[in-house]
Amino acid sequence: MPVLFWTDILIFVLVAVVTAFFFYARRREHLRAPWRQVSRSGVAMGSVVVLAFYATVALLDSLHFRPVLGDRGEDGRVQYAHEVLSVFDLLATSIRTRDEKTYSAPFAAFLYAKETVELPDGRQERRYPRLRHGGSHLQNPDEDKIGDIIATSVFASVKGLLVWSGSCTVLLLLLAGRTRKNLGVVFEDVTRGRTHTRWRSILVTLGFLLVVSFVAADLSAKYHILGTDKVGEDVFYQTLKSIRTGLVIGTLTTLVMLPFAILLGIMAGYFRGWVDDVIQYVYTTLSSIPGVLLIAAAVLILQVYLDNHAEQFASVAERADLRLLFLCLILGVTSWTSLCRYLRGETLKLREIDYIQAAEALGVRHFSIISRHILPNVMHIVLITVVLDFSGLVLAEAVLSYVQIGVDPTMNSWGNMINSARLEMAREPIVWWSLFAAFVFMFTLVLSANLFSDALRDAFDPRMRRQP
Amino acid sequence: MNDNVLLSVSGLSTHVGIGAQPIRAVDGVSFDLKRGETFALLGESGCGKSMTALSLMRLLPASGRIVAGAVRLGSRNLLKLSEVEMRRVRGGGMTMIFQEPMTSLNPVLPVGTQIAEALRLHAESAGGGSRQRVLELLRAVRIPDPDRRIDEYPHQLSGGMKQRVMVAIALAGNPELLIADEPTTALDVTIQAQVLDLMRHLQKERGMAIFLITHDLGVVAEMAHRIAVMYAGEIVEQADRSSFFSRPMHPYSRKLFDSLPTLSRREQRLKVIKGDVPALQHRFTGCRFASRCDHVMPMCWRQPPTWHAADAEQKVLCHLYGTQTHTPQFSGSVNGGGDRPSLEPDRSVVEPLLEVDALRVHFPIRKGVFKRTVGQVRAVDGVDLDLGRGRTLALVGESGCGKTTVGKGILQLVRPTSGSVRYEDTELTRLAYSGLRRRRSDLQIIFQDPFSSMNPRMLVGDIISEGMKALGLTATPAQRRQKMERLLRQVSLPGDSAGRYPHEFSGGQRQRISIARALAVEPRLIICDEPTSALDISVQAQILNLLRELQQQAGISYIFITHNMSVVSYIADEIAVMYLGRIVEKGEVVDILRAPQHPYTQALLSAIPALDPATKRAVIRLQGDIPSPSNPPSGCHFHPRCPQAMAICRQSYPRRVRLDDRRYVSCHLFDADAGQQ
Repeated sequence: MPVLFWTDILIFVLVAVVTAFFFYARRREHLRAPWRQVSRSGVAMGSVVVLAFYATVALLDSLHFRPVLGDRGEDGRVQYAHEVLSVFDLLATSIRTRDEKTYSAPFAAFLYAKETVELPDGRQERRYPRLRHGGSHLQNPDEDKIGDIIATSVFASVKGLLVWSGSCTVLLLLLAGRTRKNLGVVFEDVTRGRTHTRWRSILVTLGFLLVVSFVAADLSAKYHILGTDKVGEDVFYQTLKSIRTGLVIGTLTTLVMLPFAILLGIMAGYFRGWVDDVIQYVYTTLSSIPGVLLIAAAVLILQVYLDNHAEQFASVAERADLRLLFLCLILGVTSWTSLCRYLRGETLKLREIDYIQAAEALGVRHFSIISRHILPNVMHIVLITVVLDFSGLVLAEAVLSYVQIGVDPTMNSWGNMINSARLEMAREPIVWWSLFAAFVFMFTLVLSANLFSDALRDAFDPRMRRQP
Repeated sequence: MNDNVLLSVSGLSTHVGIGAQPIRAVDGVSFDLKRGETFALLGESGCGKSMTALSLMRLLPASGRIVAGAVRLGSRNLLKLSEVEMRRVRGGGMTMIFQEPMTSLNPVLPVGTQIAEALRLHAESAGGGSRQRVLELLRAVRIPDPDRRIDEYPHQLSGGMKQRVMVAIALAGNPELLIADEPTTALDVTIQAQVLDLMRHLQKERGMAIFLITHDLGVVAEMAHRIAVMYAGEIVEQADRSSFFSRPMHPYSRKLFDSLPTLSRREQRLKVIKGDVPALQHRFTGCRFASRCDHVMPMCWRQPPTWHAADAEQKVLCHLYGTQTHTPQFSGSVNGGGDRPSLEPDRSVVEPLLEVDALRVHFPIRKGVFKRTVGQVRAVDGVDLDLGRGRTLALVGESGCGKTTVGKGILQLVRPTSGSVRYEDTELTRLAYSGLRRRRSDLQIIFQDPFSSMNPRMLVGDIISEGMKALGLTATPAQRRQKMERLLRQVSLPGDSAGRYPHEFSGGQRQRISIARALAVEPRLIICDEPTSALDISVQAQILNLLRELQQQAGISYIFITHNMSVVSYIADEIAVMYLGRIVEKGEVVDILRAPQHPYTQALLSAIPALDPATKRAVIRLQGDIPSPSNPPSGCHFHPRCPQAMAICRQSYPRRVRLDDRRYVSCHLFDADAGQQ
């Protein structure tokens, strides 16, 4: 039975909006031109592939459902499990269900803690016991492990490369069909980087990602490649699940703040006078309150509400989801001020420009002037801010969860992983892999988002536009 | 080489842009510049003037490069020097000043420091950057009160003073050659006269040569000893001043003269140069001007023309002069039309369309947390105007005098502080938003800058039909499309324009789109805010012809806001001269141009560079700049600059004196009660 969480709905709305904009912009030259410049940047296109990889995981993880239970109920109707799963969970069943007892290091075959084990001869000894799943196929882990890892990796790489060359061929054929060129010519164009869109960087990044994911998938079927946490859950699975949380915070927050920022910013700049004064005072006041305070207060109040009304929610996941959505809302409310200020300034400038004056002289109504003349001409600022804010918000989630006013503790998120790592790092011997996993995945996401936004700003910001 | 030649340029070619088809911005330019003379390079925008100057200085943009030729300053070929040696030549041997004084100075350093820096770079002796030398230079460029100005920052100086500081910096290295790239284009006429006068004076004093780049025939006539006309990357005519102005030889030069609007051409259409400047990407097989020339011959298409010397001073690059059998016949003389129309003003009574009475637009200056009003910028301070049906009123004055604000105040784009604007029987100032919208179609505006006056993200078709849609003038989209096609034909734009974006059009074409947009709502009055000042002379002629035609066909009235007197003399019926928010003189155009009464009008007219030295009035030099409208001088606003100021001028603002039924002037000189005249 499909289950729709609030954040799922909003994510799919966002996807629909982006797709609609894509088709709208395709037919308009002035909207296409800057995007085409972005596509000429190799770094940006590489980042896009990485971001697309993250987005795919997050989208798969946003298709929630309750699985069918094997036995039918008394009245013969299909029974559904209480637990809510996502399509991604289904794909990752093998690593999701293979729990260990407690900590184990990456690629370990033994637990990270000593246990008292009864030997066949009846003696008891304290030693590291074998893991239930990680490396359990090996007879003699100490000797066979390295060889097994290498063999599995090589085999998986070959699979990855095969898939990659298959997708390359399909792409080259498509390109050749579209440009009506010889396949050999297209191949040369792509490898020399002479195409308009930087297919070369796309394909190289794609190849790298494919190989890495195949290797990771094959290895994680046999080992816990990023270890396990305190309750024995696979860290690799946790960090993959955290992707959705990070992306939801990064995108939905902007979705929340955009209406505020755009509406108020443009109104302040366009109508001036007392409207401007009121809006200015509102955002000046709001931005003087420390954001963390506001967020802490709001989140704690919500938590009290959730605890007192537990019966309203069908599942734990639903409660956690509501808290996530609320966090997006409150982050949005505290972060719209800077965009609003930019937009007000830009609108003040645009308002005096001749074509706005001409429209006014032609008797065009305020609403049409704003929607037809001002909004399209400030959209580049909105876009640049949204993309730049994205990485900041992903990092903000980590910080907020670390101080425990972020997402629900039951929800997988990089912030929660870092929070639990606080104790793990203090342990002797230390458990470093949770923090490491969160760091690597967050770093990759934020880095590619930042590289992409740099290219985007170069293309969209008129002040940075170079002479052709 | 002749000792007298300072700078010798031969076969200079500069390409801009990379790839297979670079733009040949300068294509084989050769000329000699003698010591102590002013050599003017004349041409329209995009013909390669500035690129020539930048090539001489070797300051080309990153994508530009000199591909051939030699530039000799004295005995040295500048193109062979290393960058280090070249840096010594710049500023020392020759130096350059630019069009825009606002952006040429560093805003965070006092001007004295910036001049001292230039002095330190070039002065050989120790103590080159001393305050004494800086003050000397400031005095040399006639900056009043140099002791105070030396420590001021650029924003505290007016445009004219900034340009003088630029000249001072240029003089720091004692250059033999000053390259001036449109040095006065951004300045007002009275300030332009001051700067040009200064340059002439410095030239005489220091024996410096000036390489003057301009598009303004008047400036050329005032300044130049010799002239080169540039067209599409090459020089097409070289002559000394008197031969050039009495007998321009190249068809292009003649066309430039013919397209100048003047009083005597009022009754005719202005001559225009058909077509556009050709793209400079490809090589030319024949004459570059052939496609636009009225005298084109078959051979013009086939082979490039060669130089023909008319006499020692004048030579031209044109086939017309090569064939002995054919002597070119041009109609008309340079300074006037063939048959002189009657220039008597039309005294017939016209119905009034618009009456403006005591219009005031003040902008409050606010300060502090509570935005208390601490003062007023009196941009418009009591302006009276009236305009008849089908008439044209020119509102003239220097920048900052409030002309544009009057226009916006009439349209209620800026709500007036007080006063009345009566259009037919409606008082516009009292109309609320919706009432005003119903009147919007009657009054329209055309702006100066053809680039900022259209939303770059809208199709031309949408831009033109926006007003029709907003005001619900046409019922169906089909009607709208029909009307739009008619409008495009009317302003002679290609029929497929509607589906294109504004950036695909040239400046003149964009101005036509603006006109079409205004016409779409069938206005009775159009306020033209400097509609031609961003355009070249030949394009200006096209726009003026179009406006004139529309007036004759549809009886539209214009309020023409401009500082260009030659445009005024061509198109206007009446003139109102503004100074610091008030009208100082108003009357029929012929009366005012022939016999200006107010000292400011006289000075304004005398400052305009004249083409024909014979008709040149004695220049009345105005001191200083326009005062700030937030703090106007007491009494008559003009008295601090007025050469004829009297005691009473400091005390009271003069009342309006009627000279005849159409003419008045606000000056104590004409006020019988003030006991003068």
